[in-house]
Amino acid sequence: MIRTVVAVATKELHQILRDPRTLAILLLFPAFMLLIYGYALNFDLRDVRLAVQDQDRSTESRALVSAFTNSGYFQLVGYVDSDEEITALVNRNQARAVLVVPSRFEQDVRSRRPTTVQVIIDGDNANTASTVMGYAQAIVAEFSTAISLRATPLNSPRASIALEPRIWYNPQLRSTLFLVPGLIAFISMVTAVVSTALSVVREKERGTMEQIRMSPIGPMSFVLGKTLPYLALSFVAALLILVTARILFDLPMRGSWVLLCGSILLFLIGAQAQGLLISSIASSQQVAFQVALLSSFLPTFILSGFIFPLSSMPVVVQGISHIVPARYFLVVLRAIVLKGAGLAAVWEQLVWLAVFSTVALALASLRLRREWS
Amino acid sequence: MRRVLHLVRKELLELRQDPRLFGIVIMAPIFQLGVLGYAATTDVKDVPLVVMDADRSAPSRTLLARFEASDNFKIVGVVDSTDQIDRWLDRGEGWMALSIPPDYGQRLQSGEPATLQVVADGTDANSTNVAMGYARALIAGYAQELAAGSQAQAAPPVSVEIRVWFNPRLESRDFMIPGIVALLLLVVTTNLSAMAIVREKEVGTLEQLNVTPLARWELIVGKLLPYGLIGVIDVILVLVVSIYWFEVPMRGSVPLLFGLSLVYLLCTLGLGLFVSSISNTQQQAMLTTVFFFMMPMIYLSGFVFPIENMPAWIQPVTHLIPLRYFLVIVRGIFLKGVGMETLWPQAAALLAWGVVVLTLATLRSSKRLG
Repeated sequence: MIRTVVAVATKELHQILRDPRTLAILLLFPAFMLLIYGYALNFDLRDVRLAVQDQDRSTESRALVSAFTNSGYFQLVGYVDSDEEITALVNRNQARAVLVVPSRFEQDVRSRRPTTVQVIIDGDNANTASTVMGYAQAIVAEFSTAISLRATPLNSPRASIALEPRIWYNPQLRSTLFLVPGLIAFISMVTAVVSTALSVVREKERGTMEQIRMSPIGPMSFVLGKTLPYLALSFVAALLILVTARILFDLPMRGSWVLLCGSILLFLIGAQAQGLLISSIASSQQVAFQVALLSSFLPTFILSGFIFPLSSMPVVVQGISHIVPARYFLVVLRAIVLKGAGLAAVWEQLVWLAVFSTVALALASLRLRREWS
Repeated sequence: MRRVLHLVRKELLELRQDPRLFGIVIMAPIFQLGVLGYAATTDVKDVPLVVMDADRSAPSRTLLARFEASDNFKIVGVVDSTDQIDRWLDRGEGWMALSIPPDYGQRLQSGEPATLQVVADGTDANSTNVAMGYARALIAGYAQELAAGSQAQAAPPVSVEIRVWFNPRLESRDFMIPGIVALLLLVVTTNLSAMAIVREKEVGTLEQLNVTPLARWELIVGKLLPYGLIGVIDVILVLVVSIYWFEVPMRGSVPLLFGLSLVYLLCTLGLGLFVSSISNTQQQAMLTTVFFFMMPMIYLSGFVFPIENMPAWIQPVTHLIPLRYFLVIVRGIFLKGVGMETLWPQAAALLAWGVVVLTLATLRSSKRLG
């Protein structure tokens, strides 16, 4: 059995090595992608494009505008005069927020009459809009406090309850630290599924499956021999991504390397088993490709907790997310890397991953066994 | 033209022979949109909160009741000591821990300021930011009420009135679903056409096509049309699901959106044909599509990650991505109700992209083998 596995694996390895383009894509491209996307992706919003409609044109109104521009969050794109201009700017995405300062602003402020400024926010991206809203509220509140301090220098204590926040694991709240583990999981998942999804069906389509069936290779050795080379390849690729992340993005490593490597292997086995299962069911390479992408690309991106918090999803969708292996892997990866958690904290997720891999492998070999007889 | 029609007929016959493929291509987008549409939300609600109440007084229970009643928080655990908080956060079962000091009630009653401690898991920086905002607002509101009870407070000198356009309730779903529609169309149609020519190469039937008087452009058009038909069916289905099932507000013109979706299909199908023409095996075609085209598109198009947040050297790259333009179009028509007068630059870019990639595909699909 072992000898036949080695024989099949060697043959597959030869085939991979003969096609340097495929080899390069599978081995080096994942790390390269992390390099680009790691820089590109972040949620830390800076330089929000702000337009200003200043109906007052006074010292105070200019002070408020510079409070916005000096905050580092807003970047002034220009002054507008009419409401039509505001609409045009926002519709063309040239401004994300518009500050409207009413006439008599200075008069009101100096005579200590309460006044209101308006901030219009483009809400199409709800996430960005909430952040922008928070910035605007904070800046105006600060401006307002400065004015009341100017009026009554003796500040009486106001809030009776103070909040002392402490952020663990990622004190500067850098979104990169959150996104990079997600990228690692996503890239490894897609690489692993894609690399095995065509393996069996290709032999079927080319007619070489008949030859394999005639040879003394059983379905088990065939499966192992087919996947082991790709498993090794994906594992090396995953380690390369991790090293890249540590060098370029200061990704910490607070837990145990052994546990991490074990979890990566378990995850990759599951992902390849999924690819293999698809390959054994599909009628043609086209079908296999379609199913592989539909089952790995978007679900891993959206249903794994990579970007969208699982706890905000409807309960039914949370249930469906349990068939996405990246969901478990991401919890494990973030826990080991960012939190320094040990086996005690992540064993449940690892058990789920193992269950997924076993079921997928069992289904794939059942399917193949039928093919053999 | 008759030769093209024959090729179209051959392709359609082949599709009929593989009913599984047809089923996948039609059903999968609806099913995926149905699930992913619900999942893709950046709204933060039901933040799992762990509380440690060292005071156990009436005021501390009132405060906890506030958190309990809020839609934003969900108390998942009550612990007795600080070290127990570690375990909740390490496992990721609690995102945030609120600890109330033993003298909290006493201090409030004697009018002294009290301090609450909040520990948050910072791994999900984005959600943590939002959750901290919720906690601050909740406590500030509560504190203000307490203060108002003892003495009337003057209105702040400058207040701000926020108006959110296009999406006043800040539903992230309305923003995400148009994006998912664009992505699903990309995944399904590009995959289909990416295999179109290389499959004939691999199976050996391309040689048979080569001995026919079929011209290169006829080959491309003949492959494009049947897949285009599937694409059109998919466009109609996903638009119907978004508008009638998810009730994404449709403020613009449906015919315009449909028309521009066809231009987008030209790009996605053309891209697939191009990949197909430069690949030797179906595996190569698959890897090239996934790694060189799909991944950049999903990350660099502005689907979730705002382009304006990206470093200056990456931003120009995003202009090469057709999905970027189509996203502006779909979201613009759905949420802002804008028309061609605003969207013409995006539409022009999309059309140009489609024409260029189809031309490249035609030029590259040499009739020779190897």
